[in-house]
Amino acid sequence: MNIEFTSAELAFQQQIRQFLNEKLPVDIAEKRKAGLYLGKEDQVRWQKILYKQGWSAPNWPVEHGGTGWTPTEKYIWATECALAGGPEVISFGLKMVAPIIYGHGSEEQKQRFLPDILASNAWWCQGYSEANAGSDLASLKTTAAQEGDEYIVNGAKTWTTLGQHADWIFCLVRTGAPEVKNQEAISFLLIDMKTSGITVSPIITLDGKPEVNEVFFDNVRVPVTNRIGEEGKGWTYAKTLLTHERTNIARVGLSKQRFARAKQLAKETVDLDGYLIDNPAFSQKMAEVEIELLALEYTELRTLSAVSTGAAPGPESSILKIKGTEVSQMIDELLVEIAGNYALPFVKEQFEDGFAGEHIGPETAANSAPYYFNNRKASIYGGSNEIQKNIICKAVLGL
Amino acid sequence: MDFSFSEEQQMLQSSVSKFVQKDYDFESRCGLVDSDNGFSKEHWQLFAELGWLMVPFTEEDGGLGGSAVDLMVVMEEFGKGMVIEPFLTTAVLAGGLIAASASEEQKLQLLGPLMEGKLQLAFAYSEPQSRFNLADISTTAELQGDNYLLNGHKAVVLNAEAADQLLVAVRTAGEQFDRDGISLFLVNTNTAGIAIQSYKTVDGFRAAEVRFDKVSVPAANLLGEAGKALPVIEKLIDRATLALCAEAVGAMEVTYKKTVEYTQTRKQFGVSISKFQALQHRMADMFIECEQARSILMMAAMQLDANQGIAPKAVSAAKSRIGKAARLIGQEAVQLHGGIGVTDELDVGHFFKRLTTVQFLFGSTDFHTQRFSRL
Ligand SMILES: Cc1cc2nc3c(=O)[nH]c(=O)nc-3n(C[C@H](O)[C@H](O)[C@H](O)COP(=O)(O)OP(=O)(O)OC[C@H]3O[C@@H](n4cnc5c(N)ncnc54)[C@H](O)[C@@H]3O)c2cc1C
Repeated sequence: MNIEFTSAELAFQQQIRQFLNEKLPVDIAEKRKAGLYLGKEDQVRWQKILYKQGWSAPNWPVEHGGTGWTPTEKYIWATECALAGGPEVISFGLKMVAPIIYGHGSEEQKQRFLPDILASNAWWCQGYSEANAGSDLASLKTTAAQEGDEYIVNGAKTWTTLGQHADWIFCLVRTGAPEVKNQEAISFLLIDMKTSGITVSPIITLDGKPEVNEVFFDNVRVPVTNRIGEEGKGWTYAKTLLTHERTNIARVGLSKQRFARAKQLAKETVDLDGYLIDNPAFSQKMAEVEIELLALEYTELRTLSAVSTGAAPGPESSILKIKGTEVSQMIDELLVEIAGNYALPFVKEQFEDGFAGEHIGPETAANSAPYYFNNRKASIYGGSNEIQKNIICKAVLGL
Repeated sequence: MDFSFSEEQQMLQSSVSKFVQKDYDFESRCGLVDSDNGFSKEHWQLFAELGWLMVPFTEEDGGLGGSAVDLMVVMEEFGKGMVIEPFLTTAVLAGGLIAASASEEQKLQLLGPLMEGKLQLAFAYSEPQSRFNLADISTTAELQGDNYLLNGHKAVVLNAEAADQLLVAVRTAGEQFDRDGISLFLVNTNTAGIAIQSYKTVDGFRAAEVRFDKVSVPAANLLGEAGKALPVIEKLIDRATLALCAEAVGAMEVTYKKTVEYTQTRKQFGVSISKFQALQHRMADMFIECEQARSILMMAAMQLDANQGIAPKAVSAAKSRIGKAARLIGQEAVQLHGGIGVTDELDVGHFFKRLTTVQFLFGSTDFHTQRFSRL
C-alpha cells in the first residue's frame, strides 16, 4: 500500500493542469464554479475542445478514439478537470450509448455512429424509463413490431434528459411476444429523433427548467439495422453497461470543486460572531461533509485499483452511487445555508444563456436553492438509492 | 394545562380549513403565483370579511384578541394549502409592529384599514450582509430639520411590491451591530428616492430589494422611541416565527399524508411501493417528525400566550426542531415520489420548496439552536 502517485502519474497530472489552464474557456469555468447552468452551445464548445485534444472519450478503447489512460489517470483527469471548473461531458452519447455500440454493435454501426459521438457532432438521449416503468424498468411497454426490414415503434418514454436537443435516442423496446419473460423480450434500438411520428414534450423540473421530456412514438419506422446486437438481448447489453460504467459515478471531482467553493464562501460570509466558517455548528457540518467526501474518494480509488488489476467492478459500485449522491446533496445544503436570505430570490432570467445583468444578491447564491431542489433527482435516477441498497442486500450480503 | 381548542378557535379553524379546501387547490395557487399581483386581492378581501385579519390584534386595538394559539390555528390551515396571501408579512409582522410600537393616533390611522383589507405592508429589516442578525443594520436615518433622510439597502423584503407602506428598521445612532440606536419608520412606498426591485421567491412568494437614496420621511413617521426599536422587533419576529412554524406543521402534515397516499397507488414490481418495508419505516419517521413538530409548536404558542419571559427560548426551540422536521419530511417526500417528485407539475415538489425556505426564514435551524442554548 502506498498513498503517493507515481512520478509518471504526477507528470500526467501536470500535463492535465497545463492543458486545462490553456484550453478551458474562462467563461465556461466561471459559470461552472458559480454553480450556474451551461447551455448546449457551451457544452458542445467544451467537448469539441476535448475532441481536438483527443481526450473526449477517456473510457473508450484506443482503437475507437479512447485515450488509453490507466484507471488512475482517468481519475486524475476527472478530478483535475472538475476542480478547474471544466464541465463533465454529457454522458448519454460518450459514456452510455457508445460503449454499447462498440461492445455489441455491428462494424457498420460502429463506423456510422462512433465518429459523430466522439466529435460531439451528434447529441444523444436515453430512452429507457416510462411512466409505469421506473425502478421496475423491465416492465417497459413501448413496443417495436417488425414489418419487413423495419420496426414500427409505439409507446412513450419519459424523464428523457435533454431530449429536446437530441439528434438520436437510444431505447429499450419490447420486441418479443407478450408471454415472453419480461427481460428476454427487450431489444436495444437507435432511433433518429427526426423520424416522423416522434414528439417531444417538456417536463419542467423544480428549478423551473425544461430539463426532462416525454417522448412519444406513434408508428415510428426504424430500420432493423438500427438494432444493436440480437433481438431480445437489449436488457443484457444495458445491464453490462451499468456494471462497467461506474467510473466517475461518484462524481468526486465535482463534489470536491463544489465543496471548495462552499468553504471559500463560508470564509467570506459574515455571521453572528465573525464569519460563517467560525460558527461551530456550521464548521462541524462542513467538516463532516469533507470527511465523508474523503472516505468516498478512497472507496472510489479502491474500486479503480481493483479494476486496474483486472477485476470487474462488482455491486460494491452501488456504494459509489449512494454515497456520491448523498455527498453532493449535502454540499447543496451547505450552499443554500451559506446563501442565507439570498437563497430566496428566484429570477429565471438569471439562468438564461447569455444573461449579462446583475444577479440579485451574490452570483454564487443565485442558483443555490434551485440547484438543491433539482439535485434531489440524483438519489432517484440511475437506479434510485433504495434500489442500490436492494442490490447490495441481494448481491453482497446475500439476503 | 389544556390542549383543547376553545369553541371560537374550532370555528376559526374550520372556516380557514374550508377556504383552503374549497378555494385553494394546487392549480389555483399556481395561477396566483404566476399572476401579476402574486396573490389574490379577492382572497385578501375575504380574509378581512371573515375577520381573519383581526386575529393578530388585541381587542383594545380592534382585533379578536391576538393570542398566539389563534394565530397558530390560522397559519397551520394556511400551511396546508401553501397560501401565499401576505398574511404573515402584512398582518402578523408589520401589523404587529405597529400595534406594539405606534402611537394611538398612528394605530388609529393604520390598523383599521389593515383589518379591513385596505392596507398592505412590508417590514424591511434584513440587509445584504446581515443574515439573521437583527442588530446588523447599516441603513441610516439622519435628522435634518423636521425630516429624517434614509439611506441604505434592504434585502429580500417580503411583499414590498404590493405594500402601500414600508416599516423600515434603520440606524439613528450607534454602529452597525449595536443593539441600541435602531429605530422604526413608516415610509410610503411611493416616496421619492425609493427603488423597489421585485422578484419571485423560490417558494412562490414575492420579495424585493429596496434601496433608499436620500428618502425624506417626516419625523412624525417614527414609530415608538428613537433608537429603542430592537426589543420590539425581536418580539414580533418571534411571533412571526411561531406563525411560520405553524404554517410549516400544516404543510408537513399534508406532505407526509400525500406521500403515504402516493405510495399506496404507485405500483412497481407488481405491488404498491407502500408494501416495501424500506419505505414504510421512512414514512413512519415522517409521521413521527410531524408529531414532534406539532408538540413543540403547541408548547411555544402556549408559552407566548403565558408571557412568562421564556417565550423567546420556546420559540427558538420550536423553530429549531421544526426546521429539522421540515427538512426530513420535504426531502423524503420527494425521494419516495421518485421522478414525479422533482417536477413542477406535482404539488409535493412545491411543499418541499416551502418546507425548505421555512428552515431559513427568520433564522436558520442552527441559528435557533444556538439562540436556544444562549437564552
Ligand atoms: C431528473 C431526472 C432525469 C432522468 N433522466 C432519465 C433519462 O435521461 N432517461 C431515462 O431513461 N430515465 C431517466 N430518469 C428516470 C429515472 O431513472 C427514474 O426516475 C428512476 O428509475 C425511478 O423511477 P420512478 O421515477 O418511476 O420512481 P419509482 O420507481 O416509482 O420509485 C418511487 C420510490 O419508490 C422506491 N422504490 C421503488 N422500488 C423499490 C423497491 N423494490 N424497494 C424499495 N424502494 C423502492 C424508489 O426508490 C423511490 O423512492 C430520470 C429521472 C429524473 C428524476
